[in-house]
Amino acid sequence: MSGIRSIFHGMKNLPAERLLMPGSPMCAGCGGLLALHEVLDVLGRSTVIVNAAGCMTLLATYPFTPMAGRWLYTAMASAPAGAQGVRDALDIQLAKGRLTTGEDLQVVVLSGDGSAYGMGLSSTSEAIGRGLDFLYLCYDNEGYGNTGQQSSPATPHGAHTATEGGPIGHAGRKKDLFAIWAAHRPAYLATVVGSEPLDLARKIEKAKSLKGPRLIIALAPCPTGWGFEPQESVEIGRLAVRTGVWPLKECIDGVVTHTKNPNPRLPVESYLVRQGRFSHLFVPERNGVALAGIQAEVDRYWDEVATGGAR
Amino acid sequence: MSRCLLTGNAAAAWGARLARVDYVPAFPITPQTEIIETLAGWIERGEMDGRLVMLESEHSMLTAASAAAATGVRVFTATSSQGLMYAMEMIFSAPGNRVPFFLVNVSRGLQTPVTLEADHTDVLAARDSGFLQFHCATCQEVLDGVLLACRLAEDCRVRLPAIVNLDGFHLSFTREPVTVPDAESVARFLPPYDAGMQRFRADMPLSLGAAVLNGGQYSYFRYEQHLASVGALAAYDEIAAEFTETFGRRYEAVESYCSDDADVVFFMIGSFSTKAKDAVDRLREAGQRVGLVRPRLLRPFPEAALRRALAGKKGVAVIDQNLSMGKGGVLHAELASALYGQRDAPPILASFIGGLGGRDIAPEEFYAIAAAVRCACRDGVTPSPRLLFTAGELRETRKLQALAWVSRGRSEGEIQ
Repeated sequence: MSGIRSIFHGMKNLPAERLLMPGSPMCAGCGGLLALHEVLDVLGRSTVIVNAAGCMTLLATYPFTPMAGRWLYTAMASAPAGAQGVRDALDIQLAKGRLTTGEDLQVVVLSGDGSAYGMGLSSTSEAIGRGLDFLYLCYDNEGYGNTGQQSSPATPHGAHTATEGGPIGHAGRKKDLFAIWAAHRPAYLATVVGSEPLDLARKIEKAKSLKGPRLIIALAPCPTGWGFEPQESVEIGRLAVRTGVWPLKECIDGVVTHTKNPNPRLPVESYLVRQGRFSHLFVPERNGVALAGIQAEVDRYWDEVATGGAR
Repeated sequence: MSRCLLTGNAAAAWGARLARVDYVPAFPITPQTEIIETLAGWIERGEMDGRLVMLESEHSMLTAASAAAATGVRVFTATSSQGLMYAMEMIFSAPGNRVPFFLVNVSRGLQTPVTLEADHTDVLAARDSGFLQFHCATCQEVLDGVLLACRLAEDCRVRLPAIVNLDGFHLSFTREPVTVPDAESVARFLPPYDAGMQRFRADMPLSLGAAVLNGGQYSYFRYEQHLASVGALAAYDEIAAEFTETFGRRYEAVESYCSDDADVVFFMIGSFSTKAKDAVDRLREAGQRVGLVRPRLLRPFPEAALRRALAGKKGVAVIDQNLSMGKGGVLHAELASALYGQRDAPPILASFIGGLGGRDIAPEEFYAIAAAVRCACRDGVTPSPRLLFTAGELRETRKLQALAWVSRGRSEGEIQ
């Protein structure tokens, strides 16, 4: 990690205080919830979360909330615009002396991939364009998870979803949101996964130290949507990284740096075979062509990284 | 205080400026754009202490407006027509946050077909949202209506967002003499916005827009919004009285013009009601006892005041500049529900649709409407709803249809 020196030297340095309380309507083993609590613990208490429609919308269910702080639900398409309104209103009150700096808040957008990759993309694009000072956390469970895992623009090629259950699974390819957001030249952009808490904490620490648009895409292994047991969630996340399927990286001033280079990479099969959504690639018989295709995609990515290709 | 010629759009901008709004999330759309351009100019030149931010859509604009209001600042925004429709998800979700802000809608007909000119189908689509609605007939009323709506929305008994509506072109681009009140008087009438406990800041946990788990809880919060809106009627009367004390101009929830001794009254909203007033004057000169009743507030719906204003009348001509497809005029149905079964309710409640997409309602049409209602009163039979359209307009349409067919290589003779 370049720039500032991290206080997170090892796992023992990770925050001990938990700002996301246990007890929420999320599914057991939710990879998104894991990432959220790790992010909030680093950000600290002075946050306001502006939420877009998705699984996490049910976190605040009257009169309960697992959060110590503030929460504003908006809509699926426009959470970044809600963040704009909150940030501007805070700045106006700071400028007019109606709010002390001690009362100021960090504005955090929380959305799933359905909003981030699709319906909310225009709103996010413009918020970055305006230089909005906010942190965007996308929990990417690669489908419309809250409604039962229909195909979304983040669904990987070949995965079974509630709307694509045929022999080839999802025909499309996962949209490269990292590249789309990177093209906007935000102050900070990174991918994370809750199963790599040290990497995550260092990135959020860096994002926290910066001003402007800071965007985080967290892979969110989803037991119900992907088809695995809740206790396997952390292991699935680790496999996503070790097979190279989920590259951990960051982007500052247009320069992309990979923060973990899995070498040697495990074969993607070891990640896919653990998930029900890819079971049609293994039973009743092994679909070697499809598996080789997925492996080739991952290999091509890392070959480009090795040869300095801009990713 | 100064008196000058202002367009309806400039009057709306002056209202926002005098209301000392902190924040203006904006997006352009005809015929509203002049409002946000005027505010942007004032802010840029330092004549107004506010912040204007261009959003990428009206949906985002409304999201930002509601979010900023929930964070504790006074928010103003403006839109029209398709913009209001695009924002509709947030129009319905914002009032539930129970944070006040206000929006000027410059009415314009909805597509399809596309038009730039006024009718009220756009703003009536927001009728059931929880926004308060104040409807203006003159440019003066636009400026004053913005101040009244802001005060009403922020009243601790109400705490709901408000729409101030003016007609595109007929008011938005029409200059009228307007008295611009001085800032000190406005500051007395409209104190700084006090969000109280309900704003986002550190050390204060607060969740807005949370889900509920059953219909009972859902009903409770929806009923609360409804009752707050209904309660705004009493609050409005107090505020309007104070407005009269401060500025001298009267804005009762329902305006009655020459209606005390009238047998037949026109019932309508918006700028065309000034045309109706002119028709009333002419008809009275001809010896007919005709009047006008015009609600300024449409939400909350001033039912009691309307019942009083219409008690004992023989007939009412409801002129709707909107069209609920498959039903008819929205105001007609609204008024019927307020009057049905009431003692002294007018026996004849006739429906007329006119003035869609900027179409004029000519004096002769007002006379014909009055005659039709008078006739209905005599016969005791309510006439079928009428869609105003002249033989001249039909001839003009036929000519255009002929052109459209020629361009398709068909002859005029084939037109049915």
